Amino acid sequence: MATSRLHDSELSELQRRLVVLRVGLLLVVALLALRLWHLQIREGPYYRDLSENNRTRSVILEPARGLIYDRNGVLLANNVPSFSLYVSLEDVKDREVLIEQLSELIGIDAELVRKKLAVRGAKQLPRKIKDRLTLKEATLIEAHRLDLPGVMVQVESRRNYLGGVAASHVLGYVGEVSAEQLDKPEFAELHQGSIVGQYGVEKFFDQNVRGMAGQKNIEVDALGHEKRTVLVDQPHAGDDLYLTIDARLQKVAEDLLGQESGAIVALDPTKGDILAMASRPAFDPNVLSRELTPKQWVEIVQDEGRPLNNRASQGQYPPGSTFKVMMAAAALESKTVTPASTVFCNGGYQFGRRIYHDWKATGHGSVDLRKALIHSCDVYFYTVGQRMGIDTMASFAHQFGLGEETGVELPSERIGIVPSTEWKQKVKREPWLPGETISAAIGQGYVTVTPLQMASLIGTVANDGVTYRPRLVRAIMDRTTGQLQELPPVPKAKLNVKPETLKLIREALAGVVTEGTGGRAKSSLVTIGGKTGTAQTAALRTGPEKDIPKKLRDHAWFVAFAPVENPKIAVAVLAEHMGHGGSAAAPLAKEVIETFVKVTAKSGGAADGSLGQSQAAHAGAR
Amino acid sequence: MIDRMMDRRGLDNFDLRFLGLIFAILGLGVLSIYSVTHDQGGPGLPFFAKQMVWILLGAVAFLVMLIWDYHRIARLAYPAYAIILILLAVVLFEGKTSRGAQRWIPIGPFAFQPSEFAKLVLILVMAHYYSKAPRVGWLQRVVIPGVLMLPGLLLILKQPDLGSGLSFMAVYAAMLLMVGMRSQALGVILLFSLMLFPFAWEVMWGSLHDYQRQRIMAFVDPNYDPGGKGYHALQSRIAIGAGELTGKGLYGGTQSQLKFLPEGHTDFVFSVFAEEWGFLGVLILLLLFVALIWLSLEIATRAKDELGALLAVGVISMLCFCVVVNIGMTAGMFPIVGIPLPLMSYGGSATIMTMASLGLLLNVKRRRLSLFY
Repeated sequence: MATSRLHDSELSELQRRLVVLRVGLLLVVALLALRLWHLQIREGPYYRDLSENNRTRSVILEPARGLIYDRNGVLLANNVPSFSLYVSLEDVKDREVLIEQLSELIGIDAELVRKKLAVRGAKQLPRKIKDRLTLKEATLIEAHRLDLPGVMVQVESRRNYLGGVAASHVLGYVGEVSAEQLDKPEFAELHQGSIVGQYGVEKFFDQNVRGMAGQKNIEVDALGHEKRTVLVDQPHAGDDLYLTIDARLQKVAEDLLGQESGAIVALDPTKGDILAMASRPAFDPNVLSRELTPKQWVEIVQDEGRPLNNRASQGQYPPGSTFKVMMAAAALESKTVTPASTVFCNGGYQFGRRIYHDWKATGHGSVDLRKALIHSCDVYFYTVGQRMGIDTMASFAHQFGLGEETGVELPSERIGIVPSTEWKQKVKREPWLPGETISAAIGQGYVTVTPLQMASLIGTVANDGVTYRPRLVRAIMDRTTGQLQELPPVPKAKLNVKPETLKLIREALAGVVTEGTGGRAKSSLVTIGGKTGTAQTAALRTGPEKDIPKKLRDHAWFVAFAPVENPKIAVAVLAEHMGHGGSAAAPLAKEVIETFVKVTAKSGGAADGSLGQSQAAHAGAR
Repeated sequence: MIDRMMDRRGLDNFDLRFLGLIFAILGLGVLSIYSVTHDQGGPGLPFFAKQMVWILLGAVAFLVMLIWDYHRIARLAYPAYAIILILLAVVLFEGKTSRGAQRWIPIGPFAFQPSEFAKLVLILVMAHYYSKAPRVGWLQRVVIPGVLMLPGLLLILKQPDLGSGLSFMAVYAAMLLMVGMRSQALGVILLFSLMLFPFAWEVMWGSLHDYQRQRIMAFVDPNYDPGGKGYHALQSRIAIGAGELTGKGLYGGTQSQLKFLPEGHTDFVFSVFAEEWGFLGVLILLLLFVALIWLSLEIATRAKDELGALLAVGVISMLCFCVVVNIGMTAGMFPIVGIPLPLMSYGGSATIMTMASLGLLLNVKRRRLSLFY
């Protein structure tokens, strides 16, 4: 068969051609092997890294902030569990889709999420999008986990202030570290979403309270869902703070101010411990520690009562007649007067063409220093001030800590103004006018002070001229070692004033309460020494007090110490627009001092409240 | 009858090696499938167990193709082709859609993929045609077989199943240059260009911009990688590369275990194997494939007649093409087209078809001693 033969020859031809197939096969397989060698051997380590990156994610474990107690171990700020929402950018396929999903699920503001995701930072670290998720929100997100690759809900601790508005200006509040803060070296170890103190001791002691973040490396699947924990570096809780504040005294001080604006500072002059620091109006740190919308922020910042202002350390007021405590010491020490020298007060002091009035139009008659303090005679101090001169006055004021930082552990402390010829030239670029010395002599004119400075001043007088730096923290408990570190009181300065001078002033101040302008501070429990002050806010005052609009009325001052014989507490009260110090401020100081005496008697010394006791009580709670 | 006598002979050394290689590769396939899917729940049998069922059915198909004389089988080529064309048409209208393509006909709990079987039928058709037809001139050598192949090819590409379509063309091209071409030189060139196609493709493909590639891929296979951006290709490359020399060990392949690599038990089973067994494992696997094809070439070389040789060449070229293109695509030398790795990828139709083809090969070998028919 022709076909068969033909086919047979073609068969041998075909079979010869098979050699080509063999060669071709070997060649192609060699090329495949070469390619695989390139991938697995030459670039193997590179792809091994890629596969590791694929599967592992780092999760920041936020530390719990240290707890804050009062001086007796009463808990003021703790932490409670809260859900936080994190997004791991690596696992997000489409940001916009995710943002839309999230705002649909939990109604989160899309613009806010966009901003958070845009914050510069290590790419592999998840970004915190929202904290304080409600249980419902957290549940919703967990239920939609499969549709939300890269989204994680973490349980974290968030700050909780047990007393709400109580001691808010001392405690402060916390908030997420801002982009600007992240650029600063002291925040170098932090990251987007870290919580830091933004006010009060929370801010000042942030390095202690903050703690150290931990890290968890987890293995995730292709959808970014956790499969297994590879490595955990546990976070370290921050240190606990024991404040010098006595919560009982603090509460009384705050209740005394009530709805009025003002500040009360009480401190232990022998140590500088601030026992109470009240400022009203106040804010609720629980609200401010939340993430606020820009609108909410504006509302708080523009609030007429300026609740964010700590009036104790940041409010600057003319000291009024409380300034005369310092003036009395300056007059004696500068030998402007002797205790016996007298000035005749007829109700006014003429200087040039102007007459400076005494608060008592009929005058005080012949007054010596003691009487001048007791009855707060203005004419006496006009005269003394005029003789002494503004610069002598200023140098004594500085010695008493006015125009200086007290050094309290609070951010943004203000220092007030102690005017002098140099100051006027520097700040106002004008020469000092002699008439201005007369105003300054009774704590008016340019002079301004903070209530904290005045508390420190009266404390210094009470403590025989030794100033302790006012402080808010008496001990720090290291949470890692469990060690309680008691902070020693810090003596700041010693007045260059003779003890007799201070003794005389203290006696005169006791007289203020027993027979003078501060009669409303008289207590049956304890001897109190003090000085009233009425700081004028408006130049023109006509008619009776009650006819003047409230915001133009005078500020009422009272500075006090007790007991007179052996002072244990110094108090400064400032009540804004409440009128006379004797009527509006003195009763408040009395209440604070009486409370102090009562709680001291009960617990055997508030000022020395045993930490050991409280620690034992709280060790069980932890 | 001579055929019957042949069948009764026991297995010789060659047969044992041939079978040993097939089962070695099947075994590695089952192992890899088990590794990827062992922690997957789901209804019914686990994947590796189902694959073992496919292998059992494949063994039956292997025996069927072995026992009947291949001349008788070849005589069924045209009717079989007609049936396959009908099935391919049915699949287009009634088929089950998966990953955007209609390739499956559901049969009870299983899905039957006619395009896989179409490859084997095409081999039969080509071999049958060339062994019978008088081959004079281009018309009979090239055009008529091309026309024969075309309806099947078009129906497959319409699904769309680019991988099967390419295999179809590969079988046709291999046949063409083995017997269809007169000029040896032309044949050599064609053969090499076929073999080197993946590499040439890489050069061409590599020179294109991403958007151009996407445009092209969207044209030929719009549904394969809907996420685009080469996610599959990259994850597959990472899996293979991360295996390094000795691999991450069984179950140690994080790429596949954590589902970064999609389709780890089907088209990308090679990547799973490479990640877990490393370059050494890959070399062994390549050697197994080369040895299997080498034995198959032996069968083709010693075939007693043209039909047998052509059948062998068809099966060999299909096997070679699938192995090379599958490994090439997982290793990033070739765009991702849906071609399973023969004997290793999970899949009923492919496994049964491949084993049936190998049965046909052994059939050719076992009848090479009969001198006349």
